[in-house]
Parts: sequence; C-alpha cells; structure tokens
Amino acid sequence: MRNRKLLQVGIVVLLVSLVISACGGNKETASTTPSETAGGSNGAAAADGIKVGILHSLSGTMAISEVSVRDAELMAIEEINAAGGVLGTQIVPVVEDGASDWPTFAEKARKLISEDKVATVFGGWTSSSRKAMKPVFEELNGLLWYPVQYEGLEASPNIFYTGATTNQQIVPAVDWLLENRGKKMYLLGSDYVFPRTANLIIKEQLKAKGGELVGEEYTPLGHTDYSTIISKIKEAEPDIVFNTLNGDSNVAFFKQLKDAGISAQDLTTLSVSVAEEEIRGIGVDVLEGHLAAWNYYQTTDTPANAAFVANYKKKYGEDRVTADPIEAGYTAVYLWKAAVEKAGSTDVAKVKEAAKELEWDAPEGKVRIDGETQHIYKTVRIGEVQADGQFKELWNSGEAVKPDPYLKSYEWAASIQPSE
Amino acid sequence: MAGYAAAAVALFAAPMFLSDFRLNLLAKFLAFAIVALGLDLIWGYTGILSLGHGIFFGIGAYAMAMYLKLEASGGRLPDFMGWSGLKELPLFWQPFSSFGFAVAMGIVMPALLALFLGFFTFRNRIRGVYFTILTQALVIITTTLLVGQQAFTGGTNGVTGFSKILGASLASPDTKRMLYFVTVLVLIAVFVACRYIVGSRFGKVLRAIRDGENRVRFIGYNPAMYQMVIFTLSAAFAGIAGMLFVLHVGIISPSMMGIVPSIEMVLWVAIGGRGTLIGAAMGAVLLNWAKSEFSTSYPEGWTYFLGAMFVIVVVFLPNGLTGLLGKIKLGKKRRVTKNEPTIEYPAM
Amino acid sequence: MDVFILQLFNGISVSSILLLIALGLAITFGLMKVINMAHGELIMIGAYSTYLTQNLFHAYMPSSWFNWYFVISIPASFLIAFLFGLLLEVSLIRHLYGRPLDSLLATWGVGLLLQQLARSVFGAPNVAVTSPSWLNGGMRILSDVVLPYKRLFIVGLVAACLIAMYFYIYRSLEGRRMRAVMQNRDMAACLGVSTRRVDAMTFAIGSGIAGIAGCALTLMGPIGPSLGTYYIVDAFMVVVLGGVGKLVGTVLGALGIGVFNTMFEYWTNASLGKVLVFLCIVAFLQWRPSGFVAMRTRSLD
Repeated sequence: MRNRKLLQVGIVVLLVSLVISACGGNKETASTTPSETAGGSNGAAAADGIKVGILHSLSGTMAISEVSVRDAELMAIEEINAAGGVLGTQIVPVVEDGASDWPTFAEKARKLISEDKVATVFGGWTSSSRKAMKPVFEELNGLLWYPVQYEGLEASPNIFYTGATTNQQIVPAVDWLLENRGKKMYLLGSDYVFPRTANLIIKEQLKAKGGELVGEEYTPLGHTDYSTIISKIKEAEPDIVFNTLNGDSNVAFFKQLKDAGISAQDLTTLSVSVAEEEIRGIGVDVLEGHLAAWNYYQTTDTPANAAFVANYKKKYGEDRVTADPIEAGYTAVYLWKAAVEKAGSTDVAKVKEAAKELEWDAPEGKVRIDGETQHIYKTVRIGEVQADGQFKELWNSGEAVKPDPYLKSYEWAASIQPSE
Repeated sequence: MAGYAAAAVALFAAPMFLSDFRLNLLAKFLAFAIVALGLDLIWGYTGILSLGHGIFFGIGAYAMAMYLKLEASGGRLPDFMGWSGLKELPLFWQPFSSFGFAVAMGIVMPALLALFLGFFTFRNRIRGVYFTILTQALVIITTTLLVGQQAFTGGTNGVTGFSKILGASLASPDTKRMLYFVTVLVLIAVFVACRYIVGSRFGKVLRAIRDGENRVRFIGYNPAMYQMVIFTLSAAFAGIAGMLFVLHVGIISPSMMGIVPSIEMVLWVAIGGRGTLIGAAMGAVLLNWAKSEFSTSYPEGWTYFLGAMFVIVVVFLPNGLTGLLGKIKLGKKRRVTKNEPTIEYPAM
Repeated sequence: MDVFILQLFNGISVSSILLLIALGLAITFGLMKVINMAHGELIMIGAYSTYLTQNLFHAYMPSSWFNWYFVISIPASFLIAFLFGLLLEVSLIRHLYGRPLDSLLATWGVGLLLQQLARSVFGAPNVAVTSPSWLNGGMRILSDVVLPYKRLFIVGLVAACLIAMYFYIYRSLEGRRMRAVMQNRDMAACLGVSTRRVDAMTFAIGSGIAGIAGCALTLMGPIGPSLGTYYIVDAFMVVVLGGVGKLVGTVLGALGIGVFNTMFEYWTNASLGKVLVFLCIVAFLQWRPSGFVAMRTRSLD
C-alpha cells in the first residue's frame, strides 16, 4: 500500500516536471531568446558561436547508417573549432534526431532554422528525408548539406549535394559492368524511391548500350527472406546482379546468397549501398569478392584521407571504419566553412555565391562545387571487397566527373528528364 | 464548463504568445487531438482497440495532399510521377484538383473503408485482441501497397512540396494562422459532437457494449450495428485530422500510417486517460509536446524517457493523467488494483 | 521441376523460421494472454547474446574451437532471454494479467527501451556474426537444387524446440501446473499451485525461446537494434491464424503463411506477395475468427 502511494507521488512529480518543461520551452520563445536547451545539452556553451544544425536519424531503423555520419560531422566541427573556428568564432552544433520518420525531419528542420537560427544544416540520408526537408528549406531560405548518394533529378537552390548523383555512380558503374562483366543484368532493389528511379535510368542505359534486362525485383523495406528471390535469380541466369537494396536487407540477401551456393565467382553483384560500414555489419566472409561503386573508400590513397581515417579512428575507436557517406558528411562541413570564409558571412545568399566553383582537398581527392547544380565534382571508383573488410579499387574515372543530376548530357536519358 | 471555455479562449489566444514555429507545432498536435478523440470513442467508450487508425488518418491526409500537389504543380504532372515513368495524370487523380472534392473524399473514403471493414468484422464477432491484430494486418497491407505503387502515390517519399491552398500561399504566416484557427474550430466541433454522442442514449449503449457485449445482445440490441457506426465515425474523424495534418506539416508519407504511429495514437489516449474526452485530447497534445521537447533536449536518449513514460502510465495509471488528476482532486484513497481497473474491459 | 522442389523447400524453410519466432509468443500470448510487443526485442537479445558468445570465443578460446561457439550460443541465448523475461514478468507483466490490451501498450514501451538500450550498449550500426563453417554450404540433391545446411539446421532446431516444449507442457509436472493455472487460475491456486511462480516461469520460458529464435536468425539476417521490428507482426499473425492456446495451431499457422508467402512471392513479387498473404489472413479470420485450431469452450465471455 505504502509503496504504491510513494510510486504515485513519484509519478505526479514526474508529470508535473514534464508539463513545466513543456511550458518552459514555450515561454522561452515568447521572450524571443533562442532555445538554449539544445546547445546546452550538446555541451557547447558558447553563446556567441555560430550555430549549425545536425539532423540525422539517431533512433529508428535508419540509425544504423546515419549515426556514423553525424559522428563525422561533429568531428569536422571539432577540428575546425580547435583550429580557431570559422570567421574567428567557434561553431556550435545543434543536434536533432530525425527518428527515421520523414515528417519529423520536416519538423526538426523547421525548428533548426526558425527557432535555433542555425547558419546551415547538415543532415538527411534517405531520399524521403531530403524530399521532406526540401520544401522547408526553400520556404525559410535555409541551407542544407546532404551527404549521401541519391537518385538525381533534383537541384534545389537551398541544398548542396555532397554525395554522388547518378552520373557519378550508377551510370559509370553500369558502363563498366557491361564492358567487363557481361550483358545480362538483373536489377534487385528495396521498394522505395532511390532503387526504382535508379533502375528506370539503368533500363534506358541498357537499351542504349546493348545490355539485356533479365529481371527486376523490389522487396519491401526490412524484407529478410530472400530464398524466393534467389530462386528467381537462378532461373534468370544473369551475368550481373545490380543491387540497390537498402541497409538491413543487404545483410539477409548476401548471407542467403552465399548459403544457396552462389559466390562472387559464380555471379557478379555490384552494390551501391554497401560500404565499409555495412561490410562490418554483414560479415566479410559473406561479402568477399563482391563489388561496389562509390566515390571514396577508406583505402583511397590521398594525404587528406590518411589524416581523416587516423583522426576518425582515434576519436571513435580503432574498430570503426570510414565510408563514402561518412566522408561526404565530413567534406560538407569543410566546404561550408570554406564558403563562409570566402563570403565573410554566414548569410545564405552570400555563402551560396561564394561556394560556386569552390575547391577543397577532400579525403576522396580534390572536389569542386558545381555552381549551377550545387552538386560536387567527384571521382567514380569501383571496388572489390577484400578479406580484411576493405575495398580494393578496380577502376576509377581518372578525373572528377562533372555532376549532371538531370542526365542532360546523355542522349539515351531523354525520356527520363522532367517534361516541361 | 468554465474550464472548457477557458481552454477554448487559451487556444484562440495562443497565436499572440507563440512563435510561428511553436504555433505550427501546436496546430499539428491539435490535429492529433482530433484523432485521439475518435480513438477514444471506440476504445475508451466502446472497448474496441484499433491499431489501424494510421490508415484512416493517412487516407484523409493523402486526399488533401493530392489536391495540394495538383495545385502546386499548376497543370503539369506532379514531379514524382515524372521520375516514376508516368506520362500523364492517372484518371483517379483528376477530380482531386477540386478542393471540395478532396475534402469530401478525405472524410468519405476513410469512413467507407471503416464501414466495409466493420460490416464484416463486427458481424463475425471478431473482438478484443483478434480485432486489434486484424487491424495491424490491414496496416501492413495498406502501407505495402502505397509504397509499391510509387508512380501513383509517391512511394516511401509520400507526397510533399506544396505551395498554396485555394490561391493563398502556404508559406505565409497569415495563411498559417488561418489554418491554425480552422484546426481549433474543427477540434471544438469534433469535441462537442463527441460530447453529444457520449451523453446520448446511443453513447450509453456503447458503454454497455464495452462492459458486457453479450448482455447487450441478450437485451435485444445488435451490438454490431453500434460498433460499425462508431467505428465509421471514428475513422472519419481520423480522416479530418489527416487533412489538417498535411496542411500544417506539408508532407504525408506511408511512415505516418504504419504500425508505429498507429500504436502511438492509441498511447496518446492511454496516457491522457481513456474514457474521458478531454483526457484523450490533452494526452495527444501533451505527449507530442513532450516528445518534441525530449528529443530536442536529449537527441541521443529521448526514447528512454518515452518508453519509460508509456510503461509507467499504462501499468500504474490505467486511467491516465485524467484519472490521476481526478484522484488528487477528489482526495479519495481509492486504490486501483491490478485485477480491477476502474473501467472494466471485456475479456478476450 | 527443380524450381518446384526448391520452392517447396523454401516454403518449408520460411515456415520453420516463422514458427521459431512465433513459438515463444505462442506461450506468452497464446497461453498467458499477454500481448507481448517486446517479443521482437527478446529475439534481438538472443541475437546479441550470440554475438557476445562469438566475441568471447574469439577473445578467450583457442581458434580451433571457434566453430563450436554456436553450440554454446543456443543455450546462452536462451538463458539470457530467459532472465530478461523473468525480470520483465516480475517487474511489469505481473501487474497486467487480465488486461491484454494494456499489456500491448506497456510492452510496446518496453520494446522502445530495449531498442535504445541495445543502441547504447552495442552502437547503432549492425554487428556481424560469422556463422560456423560446419553450417556453410548445402546439400546438393539434384544437379541444380542445393538445400543450404543453415536452413536445414533451422528446420531441425524448430523440431527440437517443439518436441521439448511438448514434453515440458504435456508430460512434465511443471507443465501440468502451467496448464492448470492457465485454464483455471483460482482452482489451481486452491489446490496449492504457486500461481505467481508458474506465471513467472511460463513467461520466462516463452522469452527464452524467443532468444533461441534470435540466435538462429543470426544465420540468416541482420543483427541490429531494430531487428525485432521486422519479425513482430509476422509472429503475431502466425499465432492468431493458428489459433490461440494450441501448439499444433501455431505449427499450422506458420506452415500456412510460409508456404503461401513463398508461392505468392514466386508468382508475383515480394511486395504483392506480402499483401496477398495478409489479405488471405484477414479473409480467413473473418471466416474462422479463432484460427485453425480453436479451443473449445462453453463460456461466453
């Protein structure tokens, strides 16, 4: 009896404190002080610093990928701060959780811009989260740096895309496969926007380049049994499986592919969403010999990369690995810093102007912002998974490829471009 | 009564005290409160637990989103259809260029779907846990279909990128304030309607069904009829809430209709206090506000708070916050034991 | 013909996986009427236990023993999930008997907590479990038909679990008490059965079996904090379709869903296949609301 009463008192106290905190947040904005809570809890107290938003999924199904990108972005900010900050001021990161839920991304983006008054936001992973944030950034004239490879066909004036667009990853990868590994291609993807759009492009490309489409399958997000799909692949007898599966499904697919007695020697697979981080979660024994297309590998040989990898491991642990989106997030922070310093201001219009044709020595090599599309020039790299969980580069494009999100310079892609 | 009046006045006065962002949040939470009211009608008053209200919410939201998307595209093909390989607007999209039609569909479609489901389910006397799990199956079906038909529905991205409603820009603070007031008015209207239903003879039968469905049947009522009607009504409310949600948030995607949001909707009611209308509405607003604040203050571990709150309230406060407040107010030492909740729910 | 045999095997294999994830639920939900939404997280605990066992073997055992870590990890997963289940029952579930729908909401909260806990302890990214080499490869029964050992192993594991559960529930003293309490709690209590103890044991055993499922799933799928969310709805569908309270029903439910799912998926595609299976479940429940095998009862409510 007594216990129960105590408990109830405890609950009342908890709830009251909850209500007060809710109202507290309320009053804060009424008196127009920017919310201190976020900055405070992130351990950065400098009230006069430049605030930037970091918006990734820290909970929910996408957390498996996005947490590492956040880590890289925070590390970049820390490095910049240690070197004196930007424009002589420290950068104060405001971290928010997108919770793998697209409307939440929109809400938090709005909060970061209009409540916290951040100078810019680094964030997003899925196409859906970017599409959800895009109208908010355009409406409030904010600035978003999006660090992941994606399906192209977009160029928002308020977004900088530091991941690859299709002509910096998928298109050259398909060309390379057709030349080196065979003509019969099987398209396998998760059922969402990136794979469907990517495959739409690949199908046009196959038609134009003399490839043959022998199958196309989409599995629901979070699908974990690939036995039937593997039977279908066996029946179709492709030379290549072009894999656009998302996160967790890759684990199930590759494990079950191996068990079905199909190894990388029997069948070429090329993945565009499997990087070093995913290899760690799938197991090298399963993935050895399979291919991937990215713009950066941990093994990429540049001086900037050696330092980047060393710092990342030093900060987050020897067992951690770097990967393409992690590097793109890190690069985004530095590109923003360079643009701000060139502009002498954090004003969105001025930063955008200054960012045009800006160059920086990123871990992946020299990158340059394309002024017209706000994507960046990137080198394309095809790699093979080695026994140590790292990639061996089989081919690269030599020079950084100019981004072309609408594939305007490709004749066969005419039907994909948006109609006027 | 005075309390309700004060609450209404506070809601109308809120725009004077809140920043645009907070007002937008509050508007979203009020839309959620409408769903909570509808859920409370079927769960708190009739004893049917639906974990599928995300579907009805989503259908309403999609109806409005289709209108907004066509309005934003201004005669051209909506962007996602283009990159999904569609060349012209599908037939079923065309009437949604009319605002009136979209609003009507946002209410009628969820209601009809609920009626259809209810017609079979309740007549076959599928109750309690079985009904609940059935609704989960429906959620899976709907979301998988929506995601799979990307060319027609926008897939996982959902529908987003709106610009104006009835010619007014959605971005302007005036429109936003206007939409906020619309939401408040709709909420009050739904609240009054619920009060009326609950207080009526119909409402008494609902509670009787909750407390002893078979007894009601033996007295000569047909519980299935009552369940069907209230389920349909509840779905219509969810549809209305969905439409308002889209206006405030600017996006609807299948992620807002899945298992997780559907369960969260029920938790709003549970935490606020099932079986009281004001509790359900307050629960939706408070819980979402808390979620928003927690996740800002503790982006890393806020789900600990949320999870703990669900557990504590459900286990130890079966009547939610209103139950707790009521107890404090009355100063009664009545004890809620584990085997006898103050409101008795039908066994499986 | 080859494909037909392969797909038949795939159907059985999918059914066996479904059955494994649903068996624990058949006890906690089927017998105890607790809608345990944290069941998926108990599976996750089993999977992480396997991961830990693997790491311990890596660190402290001679490398020639490594292949046998999996043999140890099955009881280890059972034990750890069992303890979690026991803790859960004593601290929470105990307060929720007779309130099935409330148990759903509370255990949902528990699920959130456990997911976040896993994220804090093991990090957000997936972890890898290397399967033992004796499970690699497969049995070649026709020139083009390979039955993977892992899938065969899971079929065997499920059979073993079923037999063990059968003997425990229907042939042991403990099991008799369990059935007595679940059928008529008051009467059992009058006859001197400690219902509290039986409740705790029953729930913990159900949780432990979820742990075994988690262990087996490391062979096939991802191991991460949100692993449980992929399996929870399927598990409920199996139990409800089979009929609550009878093991044989659960077996039939798993077979039905598994075989039809592979069939539909083969004929159409994965998304549509899933939709069709769930539609069938909904339609079937309209026809027989209490599933394949219903408990006969004369009581009305």
